[in-house]
Amino acid sequence: MTSAKLTVSALAVIAATASVAHAREQIQVSGSSTVLPYSTIAAEAFSENTDFPTPVIESGGSSAGLQKFCQGVGENTVDIANASRPIRESEIETCRANGVTDIIEVQIGYDGIVFASDIEGPDFEFTPADWYNALAAEVVVDGEIAANPYTRWNQIRPELPDQAILAFVPGTKHGTREVFEEKVIADGCEESGASDAFTAARGEDGADACTVLRTDGRSVDIDGDYTETLARIQSDKDGIGVFGLSFYENNTDKLKVGTISGVTPSTETIASGEYPVSRPLYFYLKKAHIGTIPGLKEFAEFFVSDAVAGPSGPLAQYGLVADPELAQVQQTVADEATMQ
Amino acid sequence: MTDLSASGAARKSSLVTLDDRTRRRNAAERRFRAYGVAAIATAALALAILLVTIVGNGVGAFRQTFVTIPVTLDAQQLDPAGNRDRGEMSGVLTLAYGGLLNQSLRQSIEGAGIEVEGLTDRDIDDLISKDAPAQIRNRVLANPDLVGQTVEVAVLTNGRVDGYYKGRVSLASAANDGNTSPQQLALADALKERGLLATKWNWAFLTNPDASDQRPEAAGVGIAILGSLYMMLVVLFLAVPIGVAASIYLEEFAPKNRLTDVIEVNIANLAAVPSIVFGILGLAAFINFAGLPQSAPIVGGLVLVLMTLPTIIISTRAALKAVPPSIRDAALGVGASRMQTVFHHVLPLALPGILTGTIIGLAQALGETAPLLLIGMVAFVRNFPAAPPEGLFDPASALPVQVYNWTQRADPAFFERASGAIIVLLVLLLCMNLLAIYLRRRFERRW
Repeated sequence: MTSAKLTVSALAVIAATASVAHAREQIQVSGSSTVLPYSTIAAEAFSENTDFPTPVIESGGSSAGLQKFCQGVGENTVDIANASRPIRESEIETCRANGVTDIIEVQIGYDGIVFASDIEGPDFEFTPADWYNALAAEVVVDGEIAANPYTRWNQIRPELPDQAILAFVPGTKHGTREVFEEKVIADGCEESGASDAFTAARGEDGADACTVLRTDGRSVDIDGDYTETLARIQSDKDGIGVFGLSFYENNTDKLKVGTISGVTPSTETIASGEYPVSRPLYFYLKKAHIGTIPGLKEFAEFFVSDAVAGPSGPLAQYGLVADPELAQVQQTVADEATMQ
Repeated sequence: MTDLSASGAARKSSLVTLDDRTRRRNAAERRFRAYGVAAIATAALALAILLVTIVGNGVGAFRQTFVTIPVTLDAQQLDPAGNRDRGEMSGVLTLAYGGLLNQSLRQSIEGAGIEVEGLTDRDIDDLISKDAPAQIRNRVLANPDLVGQTVEVAVLTNGRVDGYYKGRVSLASAANDGNTSPQQLALADALKERGLLATKWNWAFLTNPDASDQRPEAAGVGIAILGSLYMMLVVLFLAVPIGVAASIYLEEFAPKNRLTDVIEVNIANLAAVPSIVFGILGLAAFINFAGLPQSAPIVGGLVLVLMTLPTIIISTRAALKAVPPSIRDAALGVGASRMQTVFHHVLPLALPGILTGTIIGLAQALGETAPLLLIGMVAFVRNFPAAPPEGLFDPASALPVQVYNWTQRADPAFFERASGAIIVLLVLLLCMNLLAIYLRRRFERRW
């Protein structure tokens, strides 16, 4: 009993002193690991050039970050959530239920998703249909729906290299997975005509089968980070990994990138929209915290300023595709315009 | 030697002939010994592989490549108003300082007569770390009188050039690398020949804060060491008194009844609970309920207190149990009260065991990552926390968390940093365990 009582009283004393003593001085950020590098680069430059302390940035995925963000308003909650996908309706609901009503959505730019293989391997020129045929659980062979029979890339299309099919795709907890399924697999399904075959055979929801990936070991889910995907490719040279553009650009000496429909991914081709697999990156800001947390608005403005998020800024150097409508984003932040 | 020769002689002249059974028993024993040796050899090999990889990868983090150039701190650019006023001068951003540095580097290259074919402006500009302008700016703001002078500065080179001298980057890989080029490496070689560029011991790895993904060369474990230290302070000041008091009461005073049995079982159980559970508890109790700040060492420390308490209680109770009852009987026999018996006789004798258990508990807490994931300590922190006690509430990182963070970064240079941080962590753990062994040897008594 004594131990319990002692513990409780000791903790109570500490808790009491804590809540009296402290007003938070630094911005707290949480969320997507894709946005994390951009966020840290901006935060570092922010504190170097102003007298505000460096924001503290956590990562743990878009969903985890938004969940933390929606826990409520006040010093013990985060000010900014980074996200590699737009906030969901359900999350806005949760936010509202917890008193987080005024949310400012800031789009910082675009991120490309690239397919890269070992630098020594052959060149790949993919189409979304190739990816669908390589990785889907069920494909259409000679007009019939069948379990995926392909084991080598050149069986799908003779122009592709004669290499065993092995892909490392992000696990389902990653925002990247969603984009990969939507923009590559589902598009490929449609492009190859398989989705029509599914709908014809199974009715309205038949096309859902498009994004079910094969489970025979040729499509491997990576729940860790891109560093893990890279390590897997280095140990298995046949593997092809799904990466963010910035990760690839930092490892161009080890990886060779594949083209999609003839377009090589780069910040230019993504900005122009030629390269099809990209997605916007966001951060979300609590309006209620502007004014109570020092430097919050300044940080947001600094983050989206031309010198930082513009085409020649440090974020673009690292691999972010600058938002062509950046001026509009800057206006949103300046006006503190909340989401409707 | 004598034993051996004696037994050898004995065997020769022995009249005993081994029967099958004895031979089998002897063979079984030899086999068992062989298994034991094999087990130890496997463990030693695994340890050796671990140490060789970590040290091989991480030792580079303690050395860093610097380029030494004279920089003219142009008054017109850095202090347009000419008042040498810190407030006014902080209006000049790192961009301007970066320009000055690049200009100075170009002058140095020209002055040294270095010519590299195909060298672009970008190769020259990127040779210097992106951290360097901030470094110079801080130096100038700290001492505004430097403006207008020409100072010799040693600034970091970028991670790729540094990696070139550590064998991570080669001329062949640079040809494919978007962040460097063979020309840049050739320039670095030329600078090195003229003594302007050198790879030196890097204290900054131990004192610098974390850095963003663009500047692996500037990242250090300073805040992580400090954060770990603060958490250890919290554990030391809370877990040790609570744990020792609880064990003394349970062992020496508490009646033996069902309630104490339940407590005992629970403590043993808690010691086996996965550490992530304490993280969840910490998030609910300390952050959401008690309102303590996120990412603060105090919360990390409190969570680790909960985690180490069972370890400390169990080892303290074992140490108290090991004191022979005759000591207690003798003390009580000459008229000491029970409290006097405990504090004057039992506790001093149990102290080595208690200290050992405590230090091992602390070492375990030092290497713990999982519970810290949930309370926001896995974060990018660049501002040093203040001195305790206020500093306990400032955001900080921790060593194992820093390792975890760095292994996730895209730039391969961070892998070296992570291994370097592991070396620091291992050295700290080794010191703590050595201290535990020393204390045990020094004060241990046997009956």
